[in-house]
Amino acid sequence: MSEEPIITIRGLSNSFGEQVIHKDLDLDVRRGEILGVVGGSGTGKSVLMRSIIGLQTPDAGEIEVLGENMIGRDELAAKNIRRRWGILFQNGALFSTLTVAENVEVPIREYFPFIKPPLLDEIAGYKIAMSGLPPDAGPKFPSELSGGMRKRAGLARALSLDPELLFLDEPTAGLDPIGAAAFDELIVNLKQRLELTVFLITHDLDTLHAICDRVAVLSDKKVVAVGTIEELLALDHPWIQEYFNGPRGRAASAGLKKERRGA
Amino acid sequence: MGVENDGGERDGDANIYRISGALTITRAASTQREIDAAPDPLTIDLTEVDKIDTVGAWLVHRAVRDRDAKIVGASTGTSKLLDQVADADHPTRVYPEERSGPVRVIAEIGEATVDAGKTVVGLLGFLGAVLIGFASIVRRPKKFRLNAVVQRFDLVGVRALGIIGLMTFLIGVVIGQQGAVQLQQFGAEVYTINLIGRITVRELATLMTAIMVAGRSGSAFAAQLGTMKITEEIDAMRTIGVSPVEALIVPRILAAVVMMPLLSFYAMIMSLLGGGIYVWIDLGIPPLTYIQRLQEVVPLSDLWVGLIKAPVFGFIIALAGCFQGMLVEGNSEEVGIRTTAAVVQAIFLVIVLDAVFAVFFSQVGWI
Repeated sequence: MSEEPIITIRGLSNSFGEQVIHKDLDLDVRRGEILGVVGGSGTGKSVLMRSIIGLQTPDAGEIEVLGENMIGRDELAAKNIRRRWGILFQNGALFSTLTVAENVEVPIREYFPFIKPPLLDEIAGYKIAMSGLPPDAGPKFPSELSGGMRKRAGLARALSLDPELLFLDEPTAGLDPIGAAAFDELIVNLKQRLELTVFLITHDLDTLHAICDRVAVLSDKKVVAVGTIEELLALDHPWIQEYFNGPRGRAASAGLKKERRGA
Repeated sequence: MGVENDGGERDGDANIYRISGALTITRAASTQREIDAAPDPLTIDLTEVDKIDTVGAWLVHRAVRDRDAKIVGASTGTSKLLDQVADADHPTRVYPEERSGPVRVIAEIGEATVDAGKTVVGLLGFLGAVLIGFASIVRRPKKFRLNAVVQRFDLVGVRALGIIGLMTFLIGVVIGQQGAVQLQQFGAEVYTINLIGRITVRELATLMTAIMVAGRSGSAFAAQLGTMKITEEIDAMRTIGVSPVEALIVPRILAAVVMMPLLSFYAMIMSLLGGGIYVWIDLGIPPLTYIQRLQEVVPLSDLWVGLIKAPVFGFIIALAGCFQGMLVEGNSEEVGIRTTAAVVQAIFLVIVLDAVFAVFFSQVGWI
């Protein structure tokens, strides 16, 4: 993991009407890490992600992704950046009128129109397999898939252009513990194989313990702390203490320790 | 990715295809063409590759898989990536399997027939359930939800006044204008009043109101109930012991049945008003004469024909809307499909019934 930041956020402010979501928020994401983003409901985790990927125009602040300023750029320049990241939305956000394989092909068709079937279909095939879906999922429509499979299909689409940067919005929410653990493993695996940097919003304490290199805590409209879980535990912030040392937090860390001893 | 590539090159008889620089998705199409063009037996030299992604690895992999190509000079990272894409080599179909042309046509006709049959049977069953719901409310009037019904009256009736008034006013104007143009040719423009009076009161006011209510309220019923089905509100209702037919469907049907005649009457007045203003301005017939003439030429039976049809249309519109709404299952896409079906079905049934009524009233002598 290098220290070079792949995302730099300085002085970000967001608000909806009277309601201030972020005020003077700073955050760095380093190349090659899995950064977990946690925070209570309504602290603006998703808004932060939407600001970074350009779906939300902030009131103030600077955002740099892959060395390029993201605020106020024109569409054409933004396209080149968009090619280099993949995004998994909370519910997959698959195009419902297209099959899973077609969904995976959409970004490739958009950016590389010269790649034609059968190569295109083969690429979709191995992306689907890499995301842990069975081969018969390709011709299915999103409505025919379970929640976990939809997330995997969404991940396959996010990975279709071999991105450097992957945004995941609550990837394990709504999955059963076995499915969630498998998904965690898949993300670590893909990260190592493809040298990804992962920006991960989650509420899942097991995920945080299992796969995140660092965790950023959103509270009081800004990032109050960034660090490994051990580093965060050393801090005297009431929300962080309650989050990681509450009954669920302790259970998650105990589970991980047991697993490590067993291994 | 900004790295200069000199592409591949062939080396005499050995057929060595050299790749240098970045072997990534950006040059996938050209690399594929070049590999395909290189003759067998093929050796791919990856020594000078400094960057490779899964698409690049896949191109190399498929050459190995399909043509037994040899790989030389792959770094450890590259060979790991090659192994990984080889692991993920599970071909998948992109589109669902499709039947051949003639078979498909026959199958689609069959499916459509079965669908239509099921819809008719389902609608009849739904009609039965609604009648049972009404009956149980009549038996136990305490179950009647006055608030829900009054709220529906507001949505179906009061809030439709503006658009229905404007629409039927314009229809009155159009009939007056078209009638005047034609009848003036043989000096019978005074009969424009007969035309406006009879056609709007007897037919158009009720029919146009029904079409507007189907578009406004029938679709809303289907969308509301459909969304409630998806969010499991209706299941929650059932488990609590509240009958969705009594709580949701009866108030909606009642609202449509009561509001349709009122809206139709209002629509008749508005179209007569529109026609009256037109003949006053264009033909110079003063309002008093217009009203007198209307009284002479429009029999009271026309009003009854218009008003008797209205609650029946209202019932059909609400029934189709609620029926389609309750059929929603699965995802939100279905809500859109069912809402469309509700409006199409409602308007279709209204027009069929209108034809039946037209024949019926002529037969009983209300001409």
